[in-house]
Amino acid sequence: MNDGPLLRLLLIHLPLSFLTVGGGQSIISELHRQVVPVQGWMSDADFLNLFALSRMTPGPGALLSSMVGWQVAGWAGAVVASFGLFAPSSVLVFGLAHLWRRSRGAAWTKAVELGLAPVAAGMILAAGFTLLQAAEGGALAWAVAAASTALLILTRVSPFLLLGAGGLIFALVLG
Amino acid sequence: MADGEALVVEAEAPAPAVLEIFLAFSRVGLTSFGGGLSGWMMREFVQRRRWVDEGEFLSGLALAQALPGVNVVNLSIWIGFRLRGGPGALAGALGMIVPPMLLAVALVALSGTLLQSPLAYKVLAGVAAAALGLSLQMGLRAARRAARGVVPVAVMAITFLAIFQAGLPLLWVVAAMAPVSIAWSAWRLRRGA
Repeated sequence: MNDGPLLRLLLIHLPLSFLTVGGGQSIISELHRQVVPVQGWMSDADFLNLFALSRMTPGPGALLSSMVGWQVAGWAGAVVASFGLFAPSSVLVFGLAHLWRRSRGAAWTKAVELGLAPVAAGMILAAGFTLLQAAEGGALAWAVAAASTALLILTRVSPFLLLGAGGLIFALVLG
Repeated sequence: MADGEALVVEAEAPAPAVLEIFLAFSRVGLTSFGGGLSGWMMREFVQRRRWVDEGEFLSGLALAQALPGVNVVNLSIWIGFRLRGGPGALAGALGMIVPPMLLAVALVALSGTLLQSPLAYKVLAGVAAAALGLSLQMGLRAARRAARGVVPVAVMAITFLAIFQAGLPLLWVVAAMAPVSIAWSAWRLRRGA
């Protein structure tokens, strides 16, 4: 009885796996299109609610797919949607890791590693500043982020403690 | 835990067991509130446990971003494979996906009433702001490490501006900058620099 939605969940997610770039935000509009207008599984408000929840839970943001899957077909739906989203791209990365290991020590892997370092640094900083620009809380968010960056660089403080302090400061100042 | 091994991890740590890999990735997956997952991973696997060195981590991160798939899952596979081959890769990916997935679904099942209060919303915004420190810290460390000459600094600056200022798609930027930077590194290595 559950075969219909499960199969469709799988078929929706398999191609999305290869369209995911970065943190998984790239597929949200397509996921929305499939889940709300095309399949009619839930309303806009339901989808937005799941999206907000997915941003609040720890772990990859792409777990929105698991939430959608659960909403549509229970635990089986959550597992099928997650498998569809993560498995195909994972096989690709696994293959590359294998290839990489086989040529370990070769001159080209060294050049790739050295050459990618500045690209990675630019990417990470751009991602950080983009998020900072979009952060809720304006100047307070900037202050908290700057303090947290400085403490992480200069001390061995647990990030956990910093996250707690950030939440507490926002609650006290804005609450 | 079965072998009762002490958890003292020094500079040259031996490759961890598969179960240990799974648990370590689960820990990161379950505690990374507010985003900044790759920053958490770097802190946990490079700085704290010393399972991989910073250069390996950063090149893995760049590849994980450029390849299709969710970047942190790709990176988990990359690091897991590096530590323990195929089983390690599987343990890393499953640790990063399954426990947070169970938690996410449990939250939906509880219909998220707790998270819908305005106060919880503000607290989470504060957590997210503090979590940004993880990304920025990692970016600054990576920048300091990569800044070994005019060309790497230029590559870094152009990559940053192209994504942040110009808002170009990440994939295009990496596709343009990575070959240039890799070719330059290859040329430098060949000259024995």
